[in-house]
Amino acid sequence: MKGLAFDVAHLLAGGLVLISFMLLYQNRLYALLNVFALQAVVLSLSVAWQAYVQDANHLYVTAAIAFGFKAVIIPLALHRIIAELGIQRDVENVVGVGPTMLAGLALVALSEVVMLRIASEADVLAQEDLAFALSVVLLGLLMMVVRRNAVSMVVGFMSLENGLILAATGAKGMPLVVEISVAFSVLVALVVIGVFLFRISERFETVDAHALDRFRGDQR
Amino acid sequence: MTAGISAAIAILALPAATAALLSVLPSYRLSAAVNVASAFVTFLTAVSLLAAAPPPDAYILVDDLNVVFIVLNTFVGFTASVFSATYIAHEIETGRLTPTHLRFYHAMYQFLLFSMNLALIANNIGLMWVAIEFATLTTVLMVGIYRTQEAIEAAWKYFILGSVGIALALFGTILVYMAARPVVGEGVQGMLWTSLITHAAAFDPALLNLAFVFLLLGYGTKVGLAPLHAWLPDAHAEGPTPISAVLSGLLLNVALYAVLRFKLLLDTNAFALAPGPLMATLGLISVVFAAFMLYRRRDVKRMFAYSSIEHMGVIVFAFGIGGPLANFAALLHMAMHSLTKSAIFYTVGQVAQVKGTQQIADIRGLTVTHPLLGWSLVFGVFAIVGLPPMGVFMSEFLIVSSTFERAPWLALLLGFGLLVALGALVLRLQGMAFGAPIGSRAPAKASALPIMAHFALVLIAGVYLPPPIVTWFQHVAQLLR
Repeated sequence: MKGLAFDVAHLLAGGLVLISFMLLYQNRLYALLNVFALQAVVLSLSVAWQAYVQDANHLYVTAAIAFGFKAVIIPLALHRIIAELGIQRDVENVVGVGPTMLAGLALVALSEVVMLRIASEADVLAQEDLAFALSVVLLGLLMMVVRRNAVSMVVGFMSLENGLILAATGAKGMPLVVEISVAFSVLVALVVIGVFLFRISERFETVDAHALDRFRGDQR
Repeated sequence: MTAGISAAIAILALPAATAALLSVLPSYRLSAAVNVASAFVTFLTAVSLLAAAPPPDAYILVDDLNVVFIVLNTFVGFTASVFSATYIAHEIETGRLTPTHLRFYHAMYQFLLFSMNLALIANNIGLMWVAIEFATLTTVLMVGIYRTQEAIEAAWKYFILGSVGIALALFGTILVYMAARPVVGEGVQGMLWTSLITHAAAFDPALLNLAFVFLLLGYGTKVGLAPLHAWLPDAHAEGPTPISAVLSGLLLNVALYAVLRFKLLLDTNAFALAPGPLMATLGLISVVFAAFMLYRRRDVKRMFAYSSIEHMGVIVFAFGIGGPLANFAALLHMAMHSLTKSAIFYTVGQVAQVKGTQQIADIRGLTVTHPLLGWSLVFGVFAIVGLPPMGVFMSEFLIVSSTFERAPWLALLLGFGLLVALGALVLRLQGMAFGAPIGSRAPAKASALPIMAHFALVLIAGVYLPPPIVTWFQHVAQLLR
């Protein structure tokens, strides 16, 4: 049982990292959202598995939130926003796909090296979990850096947050996980509403984050 | 002891209940009055914590360190609400805000006070994180309240950077729990300050080190340390001025408090890396960077926002240097900066209202047209750049001299940064306060009372610091090592 518990957790966490890479090279917004929904599904499976293995029933709530909110509601809402805003469907990257993937590989290598060496005293499951979680966090950050479009920045942030939830559920017996995932959902919902508000006010011709660079206030 | 517990609960329950009440109260005049009254009672309750601190339990921790922050937080929260009441009336007249906005604004104001008090008083690092997250969200909403393009863009930028910051901080928090779990066991004990600090010596040092790096970067974003400061000037410049004052005077301190707590954990563990040099480096970079950036500002609120970055840099630097004297000076500097900077924002807010602009070039000859505001601004700038006999002078002097003992070169760099900042602020002040007046001569309507109260405190602290306060700060400084 121990072996199986470990293998499944490992598989799901590894799947999250793999999907993070898939997010990096998507160059169309709808495809990006679909891949993100896939990541949320894998995350909720992973959290549910942890709930089962650790016999921690409250984690099922986190899994349900991950599934309902991030795999269904948010992607649907963003789909609608993209359609209604008429946002350009192709995503422009600041850096090309090749260098981005290489940077992603380097980040994953970095987090494996750091975490596997550090967490030697923690149990193996938690240790591997943390290494994967840090990879997902760093890849999410990378995505936020290389994308110019506001929607894909939001997706990058949400995938970063998936890494955090993975880490929090992997830390056995950690209290407040449910509260934290609720707090994060509020945050994400507000980000999405924020994107939506841009449209309502029609103050931006584009939700391209690059447009924010115009705004220096006092350096015109 | 029960009085202490009820006081601790009251400083959370009161703002929360007021926030709920204000969200349904239609009249903005009544709301403003309720806002002030509630903030005042919260402040009095916080002062009572000085006398009778409750014993720590699973949720609440009041010790000598955070009680300083709580009292300062509630005091500036109260004076800012007084300023806000008059400021807001003017915004209604000019039509920049509608009564609906104001209902939202007042409810959010109390919710912000609630979140900050919760972050300061929580005994649980997870709870503290949630509270800081809510404080961030609240301020994001308030920064964007004017709904202009600039305000929404500033709010968006703050949102993204602030979210990444608190996300990193959460990862650090999880790592701290992972480090604690083998020692204190599973469950809630692994997230309580009281149990973390007693057992920190036995934690896995490598895990603690990594956790601190994440926490410093995460909460450091909220402190506004360079190079993670990009959100701060925009958020200060585009939001309502009472919020700029609360951001600079309080929210930065709350994030700093979180960093300090985790620094204590690392200090307790003999094998973990020394957190001091990291903090001193980031602090010093912030000071020098912000000092030079001050020269290029054309927007007066933005300029003082950069000055906040500089001063947070000074404080983080001093805590990084460590030792009883530097810690004492850092605490004092934090209190002085909060009081002075919020008073400056109260002044600048009124100036911007009467002149109808925040551009430095369009504000001239204030001492002629508005003597009270003009001289307040002169006094405020002299206080914030650290001229004697104001309180900031004393704390900066202590910081520089205690650094000279430990690391003379760093003291030189710090002194250089402070002088550069002094030059920039005094240069800009000349144009604004003196010279031939231009623009509106309409009298200022907002109350000058909060400004005067803050400046009086800053002046008194510079001339004569009462011995009980000195003893208290020294005690806390010892606690911080």
